[in-house]
Amino acid sequence: MVRPTKVTNRIRALRFAADEMTQAELADRIGVTRQTVIAVEQGRYSPSRQMAFLIARVFGVPLDEVFQYPEEAS
Amino acid sequence: MTWVSAVVSAIVAAVYFSVILGRLGDVPVTEIAYQRPLLIAIGAVIVLTIVGSIAMGIGTGISAEITGNGSAEDIGRKDERDVRIGRRGELVGYYVASIGMLGAFALTLLEYDYFWIANALYLSFVVAALVSSAVKLVAYRRGF
Repeated sequence: MVRPTKVTNRIRALRFAADEMTQAELADRIGVTRQTVIAVEQGRYSPSRQMAFLIARVFGVPLDEVFQYPEEAS
Repeated sequence: MTWVSAVVSAIVAAVYFSVILGRLGDVPVTEIAYQRPLLIAIGAVIVLTIVGSIAMGIGTGISAEITGNGSAEDIGRKDERDVRIGRRGELVGYYVASIGMLGAFALTLLEYDYFWIANALYLSFVVAALVSSAVKLVAYRRGF
């Protein structure tokens, strides 16, 4: 059942760069629960586009600096 | 909240079926007065789920404020992930209930006693609720 999303993210690093913003604070800024922020950060939940853009906006960076979709090593 | 619903459904069903099945041996099936216990069980699930959810909400809110792990405001929040997980759980529950309904339908075609039909219907609702809760809990824990 575990289906980790292939999309990776740099939310943790961005939070620390943003004055060590807590998960709870980020959750408040984008209007989701802290559990959801944790799940997204750990790649257990793939957020909607809207939520992805909101996260990027909080950090003031373009979307692909938050989320990456690595090329498959084939 | 998912836990409350799962636990309440399981406990009430366990009590109900132990009461009813306890009467199975004593009297013929057609004379078992299951109607009252069944209505009480359904009412109890509704009331206990509401009361339990409120108590749980207050409890987690207070503990979150004390430990500083999130806030009471955060607890009551429902976001897109909750909605998606909720939908997935309800959908699986719907399939389970549908299978149960087919079973109950078969019992009517075979002209089984009302006792069996009513209890088959109740059982399928209970199993559907439990499976639905389990799917949600797994989705929350392991991601989806």
